Amino acid sequence: MIVVNREQPFWHRFYLTSVLGGLFITAKHILRRRFTLRYPEKRFTPPDGYRGIPALVKDQNGREKCVACYLCQFVCPPRAITIKAAEMPGNPVEKFPEEFEINMLRCIYCGYCEEVCPEQAIFLVHDYEFAGGSRKELIFAKEKLYQLGGVRPDPIMKWAHK
Amino acid sequence: MLTNVKPGSPAAAVGAEADSLLEQAILTTRLDAVVAWARKNSLWPMPLGTACCAIEMMAVAGPRYDLARFGAERLSFSPRQADMMIVAGTVTKKMAPALRMIYDQMPDPKWVIAMGACASTGGMFHTYSTVQGVDQIVPVDVYISGCPPRPEALLYGFMLIQEKIRTGKVKSPQTVAGE
Repeated sequence: MIVVNREQPFWHRFYLTSVLGGLFITAKHILRRRFTLRYPEKRFTPPDGYRGIPALVKDQNGREKCVACYLCQFVCPPRAITIKAAEMPGNPVEKFPEEFEINMLRCIYCGYCEEVCPEQAIFLVHDYEFAGGSRKELIFAKEKLYQLGGVRPDPIMKWAHK
Repeated sequence: MLTNVKPGSPAAAVGAEADSLLEQAILTTRLDAVVAWARKNSLWPMPLGTACCAIEMMAVAGPRYDLARFGAERLSFSPRQADMMIVAGTVTKKMAPALRMIYDQMPDPKWVIAMGACASTGGMFHTYSTVQGVDQIVPVDVYISGCPPRPEALLYGFMLIQEKIRTGKVKSPQTVAGE
């Protein structure tokens, strides 16, 4: 049998002094720096690779980069994306999405759509606060997605020479 | 005549006319506002955490994103002592009757937050065993998007519930959609 001699300080033997010892630890925490992030006044800055909400982007000429190739709809694991393609005749880029809806309540923010897009048209931006009162409110249509994505300048502009 | 009207408020300006019917109407409205204020600032949530979203909910209850600042001091796991239920996580068809039973045990008035993709619409799991959204079982007031939603997103949803208690409607995120 192993007997371990644990030395306790003398003041642990009495009730009131033990209580005061515990309160002393609490008081030390009061004097420390506050750890709470005071949302909504203070926000958290997401790091660079943060996967927030998927959004569509336009290039520096204001053209919609998406060509409705359906790759993101195909790869999306929860099938959150729904696209309807339409033609733009007389344009080197022939297709554009007439309808592009992402059901944000199905989206799992995996980033597969951003990874698979051949036009670099969809990006997961750093916004993350989306909530609503009904399912319909959180099915984002094309205009809302372009509003969230904004303009991302394209250094390559591959359709400009066609 | 009116003792609980703040000087300078619109009710004070109108109440000075001493119309007895109007007095009664103003009193009712102010009481409503006070009751709504008390309810929204002391919502005790019942965290029904089933999966990963429950971890983010625990983070919200922690010290960094403090839910207690909003009045939700006591997360009670007993539905009989709770105001609001946060369904956080995937609900399977096996869990569904238990979920309904817990919702029924909550006293009125009660609100429900569907947190995350799985609770709102079934999320990634469009399968034979997953309930495709808890609004098939309980009426949901606020749906929060995310997988899992960040703790700030849950706090935003919580604030939407507070807004709903105050005004009766949920303020929608200005969606430019077809509907």
